[in-house]
Amino acid sequence: MAKRIDVSGLTAYYGSHKAIEDISMTVEPRSVTAFIGPSGCGKSTFLRTLNRMHEVTPGGRVEGKVLLDDEDLYGNGIDPVSVRREVGMVFQRPNPFPTMSIFDNVAAGLRLNGSYRKSELSDIVEKSLKGANLWNEVKDRLNKPGSGLSGGQQQRLCIARAIAVEPKVLLMDEPCSALDPISTLAIEDLIGELKERFTIVIVTHNMQQAARVSDRTAFFNLSAVGQPGRLIEIDDTERIFSNPSVQATEDYISGRFG
Amino acid sequence: MSHAQAPARRSPSTLRGASLPSWSPWAIAGGSILLGIGISAAAGLDSKIQWALIAGILYLLATFGFAARVEGGRQAKDRIATSLVWTAFVVAVIPLVSLIWVTVARGVKVLDFYFLTHSMGVVADTEPGGGIYHAILGSIEQVGLATLIGAPIGVLTAIYLVEYGRGKLARAVTFFVDVMTGIPSIVAGLFILSIMLMFDMQPFGFAGSLALAILMMPVVVRSTEEMLKLVPNELREASLALGVPKYRTILKVVLPTCIGGITTGIMLAIARIAGETAPVLLLVFGNPFINANPFEGAQASLPLYIYQQFSNSAGSGAAFDRAWAASLTLIAFVMILNLVARAIARWKAPKTGR
Amino acid sequence: MDISTQNTEAPPPGPQPTAVDRKRAARSASRPGDRIFLGLSRGAGILLLVIMAAIAVFLTYRASLAISKDHGNFLTTFEWNTNIDPPVFGVAVLAFGTIVSSIIAMVLAVPVAVAIALFITHYAPRRIGGTVAYVIDLLAAVPSIVYGLWGALILVPHMNGLFGWLNDYLGWTGVFSWNDGPPRSMLTVGILLAIMILPIITNVSREVFRQVPQMHEEAALALGATRWEVIRMSVLPFGRSGVISASMLGLGRALGETMAVATVLSPDFLIHASLLNAGGGTFAQNIASKFSEATQFGRDALIASGLVLFVITLLVNGAARLIIARRAEYSGANA
Repeated sequence: MAKRIDVSGLTAYYGSHKAIEDISMTVEPRSVTAFIGPSGCGKSTFLRTLNRMHEVTPGGRVEGKVLLDDEDLYGNGIDPVSVRREVGMVFQRPNPFPTMSIFDNVAAGLRLNGSYRKSELSDIVEKSLKGANLWNEVKDRLNKPGSGLSGGQQQRLCIARAIAVEPKVLLMDEPCSALDPISTLAIEDLIGELKERFTIVIVTHNMQQAARVSDRTAFFNLSAVGQPGRLIEIDDTERIFSNPSVQATEDYISGRFG
Repeated sequence: MSHAQAPARRSPSTLRGASLPSWSPWAIAGGSILLGIGISAAAGLDSKIQWALIAGILYLLATFGFAARVEGGRQAKDRIATSLVWTAFVVAVIPLVSLIWVTVARGVKVLDFYFLTHSMGVVADTEPGGGIYHAILGSIEQVGLATLIGAPIGVLTAIYLVEYGRGKLARAVTFFVDVMTGIPSIVAGLFILSIMLMFDMQPFGFAGSLALAILMMPVVVRSTEEMLKLVPNELREASLALGVPKYRTILKVVLPTCIGGITTGIMLAIARIAGETAPVLLLVFGNPFINANPFEGAQASLPLYIYQQFSNSAGSGAAFDRAWAASLTLIAFVMILNLVARAIARWKAPKTGR
Repeated sequence: MDISTQNTEAPPPGPQPTAVDRKRAARSASRPGDRIFLGLSRGAGILLLVIMAAIAVFLTYRASLAISKDHGNFLTTFEWNTNIDPPVFGVAVLAFGTIVSSIIAMVLAVPVAVAIALFITHYAPRRIGGTVAYVIDLLAAVPSIVYGLWGALILVPHMNGLFGWLNDYLGWTGVFSWNDGPPRSMLTVGILLAIMILPIITNVSREVFRQVPQMHEEAALALGATRWEVIRMSVLPFGRSGVISASMLGLGRALGETMAVATVLSPDFLIHASLLNAGGGTFAQNIASKFSEATQFGRDALIASGLVLFVITLLVNGAARLIIARRAEYSGANA
């Protein structure tokens, strides 16, 4: 069910500003790929081009190709709305719908897509919440607003919401940066479980996290402020952290800059 | 196993949603209008409302039908929502544009230097001629006096609420400012009227000013409060830490920081009360002659002049022309106040420290 | 990216008093400048309370003078004869007219205003949206007497076509039957009021929709929602209480509007089943049209009707507050 991502020659702009330039990479299905790099290097922008969220920003546009199992996301006649159903996303700050209950939050994506019987819906909601390791904590208060949960629980609720619609790929934009260490650990464990079913791409500022959760790591950098970000290298996580092939990567990882 | 079925409900392959070509809304709109006119003509309906309605319904049905067939139900709903939003916009713009257009087109007919510098003293309401000098004079005096009373009280109240306010008194004031915001202008007029009845007073300009001041105060309090809250607390603390007394901190540090915003708020409040007719009608009564003394005798005022030209003229075209010209003058005054106020707000926007 | 999640409904934090602050305030209160300034600003606040109390007391007093001599039932009489002896007058017709015209105005204006606010924030290209917002902002400042003049001279003649059409197709309901009289009726008043309050409701709603945190909209987008679904899932729920208070602001204006009704309506003292036939009246319109010929007693009677209007607007405002408070748990405030 998980799909492969093939990016070639991707360049993204904000208006006339070029944010990232000429990025090519392959992301294998059922793997975790981490994006690391200094602030402003365009790793979040790149992530958002993978489900066409980039163009939601005023002035945002993209050149190049993103193939999802041989189908170009930016090809003619592609509906960005369907793209985002296939490629789910979890954001930096937990963003459950504030006016919806926990149950409705998880069911939100499903309800968009046609009618389900109440029992079907409850099954999927339960399964998704279990998948996000949240079921035991919320099963008694499914009708309470999702905004009443703690930050870490909210983030797992958002993950449950994303996986409820069975996407092929799950993008995570610094999903732990707003969370405390214990919640972070819970999410990292969850990522390990989720990769059995989904292709996962995660942006992180935390190199230990990248080392812990990912199979492959991509390092992004920019030559100067105002210059577009570039992909420096992508390799097995183990190699990146032990023996990277580019000097800049080693400098960044060993904390010599960034 | 229900979960396994769920994904099967979406179109199995893919991201490739079929979609209507970009010209299709225009084509559907054109077709609907033609068909609407056609149907109406065939059925012998001569009402414009009729064919517009038919065309509108045809448009919605066709859009929904085509989109639902080609793109699916969700996209069809999205398209309907888009059409409705655009329709609402167009429908609402028509009367608002008409209002401005008519006022300008009819207003310029008699609006000239003579009109601005003469009163209605020797002109009957049904005859051409005359002007609005007395009304402008009355408006300026009444609104000016109202501002002199309302603005300081409003600003001071806001300072009290933001800088000192705590406890029951502040809560009560906050609550009643809210209540005061909702007072209909005619009720403010009736309040002053009831005092005047007590002392058997005749209408005069200043009575109108008092009612206008009551209408102005809550508006000024609200906008000033907003502005004072934008001043970062660090600024106050920095000043207090230097040993500057609190009142000097407020006067020399807080107020100068947000004086632009406060001015804007006061000007918008002036623009609002300058157009008020009802309290002026009750308290100032109107007067075709020039009366420069707001403390004695009935006065005119611009909005009241418009009303009286309209209602006392027995349908005379000359009086309507004067009413339009006075409306144009009033709108111009209010708009200029608004534009200047906005310009000040932009120019002196308080730095919020972000 | 990091759009603020601060709630938009709780009051922004004012300066919070600390113990040190209080001590300092106590000390500085002994300084004459501070004492005078505090006195002045507190005095202004107290003056406001005094004015509100005075409004209630004076209106009630004058109203009681009139009502005590009323030989009809003040609340149910269909008459306004203050010049005969004994006087007979009541506010039933006025209350009916005020409420009906305001309801018509709300039913027409609120959906359209919400749509225009969405148009500005979510549909129109940025530059067009900005221009439209600015123009509508200015239109909110157009004085009501100008709307009244436009309504009486431009809108009323244009109503004939619509009224004829409504009568042809919906006349059987009774509500839309028409006697071919001048279209100076409750429906016309309602439409004019709707046009008047449209800019106000639009402005406030637009402000609210603009403040919907980006992350809520992105949450919906990332689930594969269409633009309309994004609006339904994140924009409208977040903005609901804001739209309610905007509508209440508009309703307040509609209830108390004087000139726009006085110029358009051709009043009488009857309750008409049809919205299309001329007649009826509203509180504010009745005061404006009866005032110049009223005796002292007649003016007291008008003040009594004004008091009822005042109470109604207070009730409406209170109701709005309750609605908003009840929705607080599910509002964006605790996001």
